[in-house]
Amino acid sequence: MENLSDYFAMGGYARFVWPAYALGAAGLVAVLWLSVKSWKAREDEFAKLKTARDEGAN
Amino acid sequence: MHKFANPTFFMKIANAVFPWAAGLSVLCFIVGLPIALVTSPPDYQQGETVRIMYVHVPAAWMGSMVYAVMAASSAVYLIWRHTVAHIIARASAPIGAMFTGLCLVTGMLWGEPMWGTWWVWDARLTSMLILFFLYLGYIALGDAFEDQERGDRAAALLALVGSVNLPIVHFSVEWWNTLHQSSILSMQGFSISTEMVVPLLLMVGAFQFYYVAVLVIRLRAELLAAKIRTARFNLAATG
Repeated sequence: MENLSDYFAMGGYARFVWPAYALGAAGLVAVLWLSVKSWKAREDEFAKLKTARDEGAN
Repeated sequence: MHKFANPTFFMKIANAVFPWAAGLSVLCFIVGLPIALVTSPPDYQQGETVRIMYVHVPAAWMGSMVYAVMAASSAVYLIWRHTVAHIIARASAPIGAMFTGLCLVTGMLWGEPMWGTWWVWDARLTSMLILFFLYLGYIALGDAFEDQERGDRAAALLALVGSVNLPIVHFSVEWWNTLHQSSILSMQGFSISTEMVVPLLLMVGAFQFYYVAVLVIRLRAELLAAKIRTARFNLAATG
């Protein structure tokens, strides 16, 4: 258990090392999430427009 | 070559690449992170802070590389008017901006314990900050015009002009005095030990494949946006 807390202490540099990795993960996840979200939203919008067009044709 | 300018054909390839890029990115992270964070040795001078390198350096490389992709596709768009080229540039910008931003903040987190300062206005850091602003400018400019095509062209021109910053970023550590350490990769090979090169390259791979995978998702969204504009226009014309 002591070894584990030693590890997380990162030789006294924990407050620099861990935020670097946390921000990296946050940045990658955020861009991925926003990209998927806008793709899905546009897919829905396009599907709606298609229905509107088909209804207009009938 | 011009076959790739056809969006349907292009997306067919992009969609086929997607599962490989996504899978390889996840694989590189799964293998690379434990090495970067646990098994790789601390540096004899910098101690455990050297682990920041495995995020900082790949982020820096990606920041420049994505910009190079953006500038090259913008040139193709300006010369040959291939919409696919412009869409690649447009879809790349937010990903490149994130990598450059990540490079800047992880650099600060490394600078404070090792240099005793979060920031210095030297050539490397300043040119990297300019790269970040170029990305933001490109994103803002693309949506700033009523006429979509004018915005597209203005943004493409900015991407192209801004590419003069890339060699400055790269050579800044050689041309000027700086606190920043010099390049890890040169004609002589790597300047760091193999135990550090392995996790570094795995993280570079993870970021590269992440870029390709997210790029494909963003390309899908961009092409759908174009389809939506056409469908709206047609609806308005017939209705």
